Amino acid sequence: MTNEEIYQELTIIFRDVFCDDELQLEPELCAADVSGWDSLRHVRLILTVERKFNQRFPASKVAELKNVSELVALIRSSPCLDT
Amino acid sequence: MKERSLYADLAWLPVPPADFNARCAKLLTHADPSREIRSLAAYALDDNKLNRLAGAIASARSNRFSLASLTPFRLGVIGSGTLDFVIPALISSAARHGVALECVKGQYDQFLQEAVSATSTISTANCDAVLIALDYRSLPLDSPPADAEAGRRAVAAALDLISAIRAGIRSNARAVSIVQTFPAPPETLLGSFDRILPGSPRFALDALNQQLSASIPGSQDILLDVATLAETVGLAEWYSPSQWNMAKLPFSNTFLPLYAEHVARILAALRGKSRRCLVLDLDNTLWGGVVGDDGVEGIKIAQGDAVGEAYLAVQRLALALRARGIVLAVSSKNSDETARAPFQQHPEMLLRQDHFAVFQANWSDKASNIRAIAEELSIGLESLVFLDDNPMERGLVRQALPDVAVPELPEDPALFARTLAAGGYFEAVAISSEDLRRVSSYDDNARRVALRSAATDVDAYLALLDMQITFQPFDEIGRARITQLINKSNQFNLTSRRYTEAEVLAVASNPGCFALQVRLADRFGDNGMISVVICRPMSLEPGKERCWEIDTWLMSCRVLGRKVEQMVLAEVLRHARAAGIDYLLGRYRPSNRNGMVRDHYQKLGFTRRGERDGDTEWLLTTDTAVAEQPMTVCRAGFDVHAEPRRAAVAAELAGAQGCRD
Repeated sequence: MTNEEIYQELTIIFRDVFCDDELQLEPELCAADVSGWDSLRHVRLILTVERKFNQRFPASKVAELKNVSELVALIRSSPCLDT
Repeated sequence: MKERSLYADLAWLPVPPADFNARCAKLLTHADPSREIRSLAAYALDDNKLNRLAGAIASARSNRFSLASLTPFRLGVIGSGTLDFVIPALISSAARHGVALECVKGQYDQFLQEAVSATSTISTANCDAVLIALDYRSLPLDSPPADAEAGRRAVAAALDLISAIRAGIRSNARAVSIVQTFPAPPETLLGSFDRILPGSPRFALDALNQQLSASIPGSQDILLDVATLAETVGLAEWYSPSQWNMAKLPFSNTFLPLYAEHVARILAALRGKSRRCLVLDLDNTLWGGVVGDDGVEGIKIAQGDAVGEAYLAVQRLALALRARGIVLAVSSKNSDETARAPFQQHPEMLLRQDHFAVFQANWSDKASNIRAIAEELSIGLESLVFLDDNPMERGLVRQALPDVAVPELPEDPALFARTLAAGGYFEAVAISSEDLRRVSSYDDNARRVALRSAATDVDAYLALLDMQITFQPFDEIGRARITQLINKSNQFNLTSRRYTEAEVLAVASNPGCFALQVRLADRFGDNGMISVVICRPMSLEPGKERCWEIDTWLMSCRVLGRKVEQMVLAEVLRHARAAGIDYLLGRYRPSNRNGMVRDHYQKLGFTRRGERDGDTEWLLTTDTAVAEQPMTVCRAGFDVHAEPRRAAVAAELAGAQGCRD
């Protein structure tokens, strides 16, 4: 997947999770920037990303994420699960 | 596209439309949003869409919109672990079953305290029921391995805990409890030996589940069998160590929609909303094939035949439901006689006519028939489930009768029975002797019900199908299928003339003949070749020399009621005019199978000309206009020289006798 494709998929995911169809993704976007991005929403976000990209992220990697660009990097570097 | 998973994706429910989010946003523009809420909830919603819909419902509530058509229910939720995601999922799933749900959440992990304190949130919330969503990790079940007595005491302690919670809910919250069984964790210590080793989680939870279930009859409480649900999807999928570690989610979020749906079914059952009647299609739903074309001998229903077994499973399930008090009915597009024949004659049929209260087999639309069935049985449309393999029929009934449940079915009939069962439309929280008697009280005489006039706006539905009709002359690629259709079609076949492939080739090469192969595609897919027409030039009588006799007109019954006949006539007229032809002569030759097309030419505006050798003859002038129909037309392969050649042949005939084989 190209970076652009990942951003496209992630935009749909973010909009679904935050129930905000206007939300725009920037690489620097982080929890402080988006209202309603609390720990529960973060869990929802990670689980949705895992499901859509068919990956599983170890807890240690998830804990380190600071913003969207790091999430994209994590997606790029993680293998896909067997269907 | 990845195939949907039956349980995780709720594959018996249709996929949500692309404008789902937009419709949620516009919810408050409806004067009564409850109809739209129920409509949105009817789709297979994942956890995020369930959450979004719940937000829209909350918005409707806080803006004081009445949720008039939904039945109110207040549910307390206590348990272990993080239950925050469960709440919005429950609210949206309940709406799917016509319930306007309010949820009251107990404090995190305070399940006992909430129950036994008279002043707790749960106890003072006026709940109708309380869901005890306990996870096995909260139970005091640890005991040393191989110590049977200690094991017994541990299970008893767990049971006592749950009993105390139920008692507290009964006396403080004054509500019934929804009690969950406990799935065992997939991690065993000693493999198969765990099941017989006191102290192992498997042994303890088996004993607990059994004793818990035994305590339900005679109490007012309801069982939610999460253990079976988890086993159905797989314990290793149900329990997610990473999700428990990350957020104390007691089970994988993947199954949140499934869990919420099962709770919602209980709430619906408590409010008397379980469905009571199963309406069945026949062709390719109860047997393989189309009885009108294949005959009773040709349908696939035999044991030992892979295809037949799939349909027998559907019949078996229908019989089992009937034994449990569900009324059966038929809605089929067939003549009544043809539809009843397998029930009367085929030795392998499990269902017989006297298993059905109503038996509707005719050529009218199924929505009208289903409406008539409901009226005849004096039950509401929301009590009905309709099973049909044809996505077009499913779509029509969903559109015309949104209260009727219409499960999606996969391509493979081997999964029909499982999918219907997974839909859980008939789930109950109790079974009464009244239920068991209900079926006979409906007098299973498989009766026919007359249809009221008017009702279903089929045309409006047809316009949504994105139908595309393709006209082509006979060609080499289509020849085998053309020949097959000509020889196989019995019902929608005006003259039943049979051709060999060589004879089809002769028609194609004859410059005077006009022949058409017709394909139909729609948004559900390509139906392939569905109609064949052959016209031959003839001279009718002095003054009416330029005429085409319609030697062959046949159509697949699968595309009945879609105005294909009108489109085909329009195309024939177009080519006839271009070839200088003034008249079309239609002929109906009655056979013992084609009664359904006796009035075909009359319906298309032909004038009856008379009878000859048992056939009826019909006439139409080629300057007749045919009304526009909602489908796009494609043409391919028509030779620009063909019409002038046909005109030349017609001119030749103008002075000669009509040519007929």
